[in-house]
Amino acid sequence: MDKLLIPVQGDFVAQRFDLATEIIIAEFDKSGQMAGEPKTIIMERASDDELCQMIVDLNITDVICGGIEEQHYNFLTWKKVTVYDSIIANWRIAMDKAVSGALESGAILVIENGARLDT
Amino acid sequence: MNQNLDIALLLEGIPHAAMILDDTFCIVKMNRLMEAITGYTREDVTGIHGELVVRSNTGNSKGQLYVNVLRTGNAVSVAGDLINRFRRKIPIQYTVSALITIDGARCGLLVVAEDTSATVAENKKGLLYSDTTEMIGYSPKMQEVFGLVPLMAQTDASVMITGETGTGKDEVAEIIHKTSARARYPFVKVNCGALPSGLLESELFGHVKGAFTGATRNKPGMFELANKGTLFLTEIGDMPLPLQVKLLSVLDDSEFQPVGGDQKKEVDVRIIAATHRPLRAQIKKQQFREDLFYRLHVLYLHLPPLRERGEDIRYLVDHFFEKFNRSLRKSIVGFTPEAMETLLQYHYPGNIRELKNIIEFAVNMCKNKDISKENLPSYIFEPQVVEKKSWENNRELKEAEPSSQQADNRDTVDQGSWEDIERSMIIEKLKEFQGNRTKSAEALGWGRMKLWRKMKHYKLI
Repeated sequence: MDKLLIPVQGDFVAQRFDLATEIIIAEFDKSGQMAGEPKTIIMERASDDELCQMIVDLNITDVICGGIEEQHYNFLTWKKVTVYDSIIANWRIAMDKAVSGALESGAILVIENGARLDT
Repeated sequence: MNQNLDIALLLEGIPHAAMILDDTFCIVKMNRLMEAITGYTREDVTGIHGELVVRSNTGNSKGQLYVNVLRTGNAVSVAGDLINRFRRKIPIQYTVSALITIDGARCGLLVVAEDTSATVAENKKGLLYSDTTEMIGYSPKMQEVFGLVPLMAQTDASVMITGETGTGKDEVAEIIHKTSARARYPFVKVNCGALPSGLLESELFGHVKGAFTGATRNKPGMFELANKGTLFLTEIGDMPLPLQVKLLSVLDDSEFQPVGGDQKKEVDVRIIAATHRPLRAQIKKQQFREDLFYRLHVLYLHLPPLRERGEDIRYLVDHFFEKFNRSLRKSIVGFTPEAMETLLQYHYPGNIRELKNIIEFAVNMCKNKDISKENLPSYIFEPQVVEKKSWENNRELKEAEPSSQQADNRDTVDQGSWEDIERSMIIEKLKEFQGNRTKSAEALGWGRMKLWRKMKHYKLI
């Protein structure tokens, strides 16, 4: 993993890729350590097409997201981006899981109110 | 919660996806339809915030809707959509109501997500649409069609749809299904002209493991997949004769035998068939079984070609212009009078499909305020007198069934039309830029995503 993008909403992975306006981007060195602090980008408006374009333009290698439509998922995987979708989790925990190679699409990790944690 | 109630049983009695949330909006119970629509099982998501599971676009991303309903006690119902675990966007009517105990305390929420894919609004004259399909038609011929569609949706009888290529046979079939009582069950489309006989049989009826070389597992056929729903057989006129016999037997007995299987399976499927071929002429030539024809021809719907729809062309031009102007984020104002005149005079052998492509081409090519004649594809200025004349003079066409020779002529015209031109344009640009898609997309006036979609559509990747 070189460059990870997560659409977020507060502390959580945003429920939907197409409605997200806040994006976290984290870069990693070859040993898997995060290079600096994750950057936050606020998009002018929510747009799945523009988000896909951004992912390609910024050479993102991995994406963690919530619900995403099939056509955008296919586009990203065709662009050789690894997509972990349908994630229900605190974004930091999802990121740690992805870095350690333990994240899978559909994972349900942390729920604030329900205090649920599956490890 | 009242412990005397079996909430799970109560939820199963609701005919839509439904769930109960506690006062922190975490899922307490959900019914099977909610499991189906979201793609999550109740075991996986019990205790999880409801909106994280439903993922609606109803302005409830931070649970505001839930908070308001719980605070005020007033139920709210909003239209929107959700994206489920299988990456499908589903239109829903999202209804949230407060659960109130006998002593007046608000203890949670009942959330109902009604799948509105099946709902058809027919509230505007000249429009017939479901959530995914829309048809425009103000001409008397289309008004007649729009009047028949709801009637056809109310019965289970087979429907035969005829019409030239690009007139919207598939869309009408889908609307009939989605407005029928079978709407919540599958709509399965099979192109009978696209596969050789053996493969088509396996596709329709499925096969059992070992039925033929390569049959390594049991495979359900389209009949089975469409059970309780609608099977749309397009290009039925191209179905091989031996298969027609088997199809007739399924229609008569409502049961079939998978390829290589020895047990019959019962199915409950409504059939809608479509063709651009003259089936009566094919019966005379013994290329189509007469008994199957009458079995399918219970209800009949003919879609008129665009050139017979008069003022509809203008409405469709405006509709597609607005659509592409918006989706391509252009700020084109309209058409020059000459360009509009050309569009209104052209006879559209490829019908609506061709009109749509012409407008998309023009919007892409236009760099000015108005679309001019120069922005239209050059082939529409070429004389098309021969085809037009032969159609106009043909009596069979007026009886809604063009001759096979004409159908063939039309196919030839279509194959040389916009889709081919667009495909060639993509190939040319890719060659010009040595396969560089970014540059090719720029040259075509598209984004890379659109180029990718088009390349996928034309099977260039």
